[in-house]
Amino acid sequence: MAALNPPASGFATRLGALWRFTTLNRKVSVGIIVIAFFVLMATVGPLLVRQDPTAFTEDLLQPPSPAHWLGTTQNGQDVFAQVVDGARDSVALGFIVGILTTAISVVVGVVSGYFGGVIDELFSLVTNVFLVLPTLPLAILLAAFLPYKGPLTLGIVIGVTGWSWGARVLRSQTLSMRGRDFVEAAQARGESSFRIVFFEILPNETALVAAELLGTVIYCILAEAGLEFLGLGNLSSVSWGTMFFFSQNSDALLLGAWWWFLPPGICIAVLGAALALVNFGIDEIANPRLRTERGQKPSLLKRALGIPAAPQLQEETA
Amino acid sequence: MRHLLRRAAFYAVALWVAVTLNFVIPRLSPGNPAQAMLARLHGKASPQAIHALEILFGVNTHASLWEQYVQYLGNLLHGDLGVSVTYLPTPVSQVITRDLFWTLTLVGVTLVISFVIGTLLGALVAWRHGSALDSILPPMFTFLSAIPYFWVALIFLYVFGFTLGWFPIYGGYDADTTTPGMNLDFIVSALQHAVLPAFTIIIGSIAGWILGMRNTMITTLAEDYVLMAEAKGLPERRIMLTYAARNAILPNITSFALSLGFVVSGALLTEIVFSYPGIGYALLQAVENHDYSLIEGIFLLIVIAVLAANFLADLAYVVLDPRVRHERGR
Repeated sequence: MAALNPPASGFATRLGALWRFTTLNRKVSVGIIVIAFFVLMATVGPLLVRQDPTAFTEDLLQPPSPAHWLGTTQNGQDVFAQVVDGARDSVALGFIVGILTTAISVVVGVVSGYFGGVIDELFSLVTNVFLVLPTLPLAILLAAFLPYKGPLTLGIVIGVTGWSWGARVLRSQTLSMRGRDFVEAAQARGESSFRIVFFEILPNETALVAAELLGTVIYCILAEAGLEFLGLGNLSSVSWGTMFFFSQNSDALLLGAWWWFLPPGICIAVLGAALALVNFGIDEIANPRLRTERGQKPSLLKRALGIPAAPQLQEETA
Repeated sequence: MRHLLRRAAFYAVALWVAVTLNFVIPRLSPGNPAQAMLARLHGKASPQAIHALEILFGVNTHASLWEQYVQYLGNLLHGDLGVSVTYLPTPVSQVITRDLFWTLTLVGVTLVISFVIGTLLGALVAWRHGSALDSILPPMFTFLSAIPYFWVALIFLYVFGFTLGWFPIYGGYDADTTTPGMNLDFIVSALQHAVLPAFTIIIGSIAGWILGMRNTMITTLAEDYVLMAEAKGLPERRIMLTYAARNAILPNITSFALSLGFVVSGALLTEIVFSYPGIGYALLQAVENHDYSLIEGIFLLIVIAVLAANFLADLAYVVLDPRVRHERGR
């Protein structure tokens, strides 16, 4: 039993740290609740909705009603069922591709920042080239020519076009870390480069990586919706992006069927805003200057002279 | 000077990568796109016509990949982007020049409006750091920046164009009653058609300017010289604009220069929603009609615009920030 204790307590403290982080900042807590809602919707939602999202019915283009909460499409498909089912594709793809893309940025950025020299020159060149190539057009070019259209294609396209910004940010952060005492101490101890990079330096960049991850997930969800709106996704599966495509192509707008194209957009907007909110929260935790002290605008002079700052400041930095 | 030369060399490499991607990606897909198009024409066109098209698109030449690549580069140097399938037999370069005018006008003007308003608002929000304005605006614009902007376009089109009927819902001008040119009817019509797309683009882009300006401005406000100005009892507006904002605007100016590159590609989806006759709409046509030379041509144009703007931003930095001029190495 005793042998099990240390890992368990380690897990508990980590969970505790996660909980503290979540409740530390109001923006972070609100954002995480909303994100959790969408993740639940994507995982459990499709099991709870009884209508088949792709089944044609007799109720063509009906406005919202008790039978069809969000109305129906031109083919009589239930919009509510489509939104819930579409969440699975959109949210899952957003997060999976976001995580993979961030992983690429982390490896390229940290490795090139730490090792310098030829490796850095090479990695930086590739990063900078991808940084200046316009992402959405490149994604369209790729998606238009790849023969198979589906989540895998979209994932590759978005991943290839989305990693460079993060790599650049992490590279410069790693550059500034390289000369710090703890890195030199680790080198003196003879730790392997791999260990120094991923266990000494990387944990110090957690806030940056988290911000990068959230930004990338937003990019992935938006890019997916945009590409699918253009008809470059898998049109036989239901997702928020394909809902846009079909509503646009059947002139939902001119038929006055607002209930068809409004819900998927609201979902993307709310989810995106939640991710952005967490991002801002992390920014505020990492950079106290951006924090808003509620209900007052103390004169700069007063602040500089050390006349009481908001008490929450000390609490949060502790 | 050395710095600029390095940058120029880098942009040359980036351009080469883009051109090569443009060459390689279409050839990665199984089945030659031109052949796919010719297959659709079978039965509709005479064998002679198909043979002529084969020559036109360079199919069946049995040249090695390397020879094709060299020929492709040669064609590009002569400004030959191939022939558009959608607008057969118009060359791609002509299609692009025609549509570019619309995009440049619409997106260029909105970029300037968005930049000016956004930067001013950002400075104001930072100055009122902690006030109601500061706690309302940034979250609101955070929300706005996370919205798919083509969806905003759809809603505007639905509300203001379709339901209220205030603005036209299709195209860049009224083709029935006006003819393009320097006449009042056409200009008024074009303006009417541009209002909704312009408004959409501004809503979608202004958040970036506000937040960018706010965040640098907050850092600048903590500088000693701002404190000094306040201690001297200078008027608030003067501290805000000539002390803080002036020094905080540099990143936004760079972003502005970079954004010039996205004038071509920044509103692709918005143009599509409004059926606005610009580059984005041409791209949609190209995607729908498998018009590969037009897709490639548009991608190339966008890349060149972005690279040029990046170089411009580098130049601006050298002029505006003396530290860059003296930097060595990296």
